[in-house]
Amino acid sequence: MEIYRRELDNSKVLLQGNEAIARGALEANVVFGAGYPGNPSSEIIETLAEAAKSLPIYVEWSTNEKVALEAATAASFSGLRSIVTMKQNGLNVASDFLTNLTLSGTKGGLVLVTCDDPSGISSTNEEDARWFSRLADVPLLEPSTPQEALHMVKDAFWLSEQIQNVVILRSISRLSHTRADVKLGTLPDFRVRPYFDPKVPFHTFPIVPKHQRRHEKLRKAKEWAEACPYNEYFGNTEKDFVIVSSGCAFLYAYEAVEDLGLWDQVGILKIGVSYPLPERLILDTLKSASKVLFLEDVDPFIEEGVMALLSAHANGVKPKEFFGRNSSHIPVAGETNPYLIRRFLSDYFGKDLAYGEFRNRIQKLLEGKVPPREFGFCPGCPHRGTYYAIKKALAWDHREGFVSGDIGCYTMGIWPTGFNMVKSVHAMGSGVGLSSGYGKLKELGFGQPVVTVCGDSTFFHAALPAIVNAKFNNSDMLLIVLDNSATAMTGFQPHPGTGKTAMGSITEPVSIEGICRSMGMEVEVIDPYEIEESAQLIYEFLQKSGPRLIVARRKCALVQGREGGFPFRMRVNEERCRGEECGCGRYCTRVFRCPGLVYENKKKKAMIDEVICVGCGICASICPMGAVERGER
Amino acid sequence: MILNLVITGVGGQGNVLASQILGRAGVKKGLSVTIGETFGLSQRGGPVMSHVRFHDGRVVGPIIPPNMADIIMGLEPLETLRVLPELGRPDTLYLVNKRPIYPLNVIAGDVAYPPLEGIKEILQENSRKLLWVDGTTKSMELGGAIFLNTIMLGALVSLDNFPLTIEDIEEIFRVTFKGERLSQNLSALQIGRELVLEYDQES
Repeated sequence: MEIYRRELDNSKVLLQGNEAIARGALEANVVFGAGYPGNPSSEIIETLAEAAKSLPIYVEWSTNEKVALEAATAASFSGLRSIVTMKQNGLNVASDFLTNLTLSGTKGGLVLVTCDDPSGISSTNEEDARWFSRLADVPLLEPSTPQEALHMVKDAFWLSEQIQNVVILRSISRLSHTRADVKLGTLPDFRVRPYFDPKVPFHTFPIVPKHQRRHEKLRKAKEWAEACPYNEYFGNTEKDFVIVSSGCAFLYAYEAVEDLGLWDQVGILKIGVSYPLPERLILDTLKSASKVLFLEDVDPFIEEGVMALLSAHANGVKPKEFFGRNSSHIPVAGETNPYLIRRFLSDYFGKDLAYGEFRNRIQKLLEGKVPPREFGFCPGCPHRGTYYAIKKALAWDHREGFVSGDIGCYTMGIWPTGFNMVKSVHAMGSGVGLSSGYGKLKELGFGQPVVTVCGDSTFFHAALPAIVNAKFNNSDMLLIVLDNSATAMTGFQPHPGTGKTAMGSITEPVSIEGICRSMGMEVEVIDPYEIEESAQLIYEFLQKSGPRLIVARRKCALVQGREGGFPFRMRVNEERCRGEECGCGRYCTRVFRCPGLVYENKKKKAMIDEVICVGCGICASICPMGAVERGER
Repeated sequence: MILNLVITGVGGQGNVLASQILGRAGVKKGLSVTIGETFGLSQRGGPVMSHVRFHDGRVVGPIIPPNMADIIMGLEPLETLRVLPELGRPDTLYLVNKRPIYPLNVIAGDVAYPPLEGIKEILQENSRKLLWVDGTTKSMELGGAIFLNTIMLGALVSLDNFPLTIEDIEEIFRVTFKGERLSQNLSALQIGRELVLEYDQES
């Protein structure tokens, strides 16, 4: 959606949560945006970058989240409004700067958007980044809908300038990736005069008074929170059973109370400012309540804040029973969802869950009949080739070698699609840091070879310091950079190696080989589609020592598909494929696991699925009988 | 008024785009729309589901409550069966493309894909109505698997009492696609429409 078009001012359009955040920022006169891609946050910067092609604003993909926050802060220190976006893991990276920045304070409005991923739908964890607001003593806003997100972003900029500090806006996957009708406001003229006043420096000294000042700012934010429209009570006046809820969980709770017909027994307190909590509103709403249920994603953040608040005012409030993540009435882990909430409320109030019998009957009927759908690399994906080559090389090597993994599509190397080669995955760049450690274990008697893999974008994000560490300490590290020329997992954003910026301008690519060669590392490049040659080179490199790099370079298959596709029309030569009698045990489908190559149970032979196969040709080298052939397209 | 529509399938089938087109057409028509879309790892061959909710402006979440789907549009049979217990109810209508996309664990021989006839039977017996169509074959005839989502959209909006018409979708297409892509997608809509009309005549 081209949300930056002025003719859309004041109209109603379908916007994704992330687009609504971007539009809110534009309406708030934001002229600087920075971020690092990561589901579910990526579309905010993508949308702003698209807008930057026609509006006088600057937007960038930074090399990592900390750098993004720093770059955006330069705009703030110069009196401009700036936005910085990341996923929950990214806030960990940015946090070192954040906890210092919030001591010095800011000037132009600075809003940090974190998009968390409850249940870790596309993450390595389901971390609740809201705790950072407490760590850094800054306000935290939690919208429930795209419309509210748009308004909240604008108020967040206002608040940031009122208290001269960062404001965090927290979205979650469900909101970032919700689309809904949103009424737009108007775009400003984006006229600004950036100026850094040398008389007003920004630093953290003297520390204790600055820390004190940070809390004064928080108190000011609390006064605003008490009266702002984002915190609101819905329901009956008795306020005996109150649900305290934020984000999408509020919507699920509201619908559940409505559908179960519980408004005469249950009220809902919606919290939009989760830190600092609106004390007076909460005490007022909950003073006579005897039961309080907390619904939020993921940790008991509001739950513990409210409980602490009630204990501090224990004299004036009625004793209560609490239900939530702490009491285990709501599971301690995982995303909140409508079923969970309805089941709790219907059990508690003795109501029947609609179609509950139908659900149970069908569940029993389908038990064991619906196989899970295993995640896998796309047809034509170069990672399948690289992992296959690594598998071969480690088998030849015979020393129980394994792969240290990192963050990206290739994380799926932990699963059969990557032949279960990857044995550890944690944070961006951590696979390389681990490997720099394994590489020193040799001196302590460690005999297993380790291959570490990282993507091209990950290389720049956080792998670099670990690579320098390996060089510095002369660690025996073999790094394979899986260079598919894109930040593929998150939607093909450009990075320093691609020669293009977020706004589409051409920039000199930073060379991965160049960096490593300049450090004196031995460097080779392989083509993942050439499995045999790749495996041999990996094997050779496994026998060497010191820090060394192989770049496995081949464009992401999805990008290749858009840019003209692949050369081959694959087919299985039915005379050559001997099926069950071959002795290979259906090797091509059992092991290689490409969705485009299937096993035909009636014919008892391998077969190309023409709907799925893209024609990369890589599987031709897998069959021991040479039955998979590359034909002309 | 509220209409809960589930679109389910496999990554790469154009599920999310189909839900967006429906949403834009709905907003243009003055309806309130809330769509919950899932992607991420799902781009890599996993299950993908969108929840599309047309309503009158009430408070609704992006996830359809348990067993509250009015229509389930399945781009793939197994994925349709998967959502039956959690979202279906006895009066749900199913519009299903019958061509399987085999999961990797099925391809590898670790588990079996349930028999198609069995899936069809379970859906038929536990719904208001099942339309079991061969959208993929029609799509390949038109020029490739990528038209499947549009063919299914054409079928969907041709269902009785659906809040949008084929013209509403065409209007969105005209500002979304150009040239050959536009004409192919317009044809795909008509093919979908015919699938539904023929289906009703045959049965």
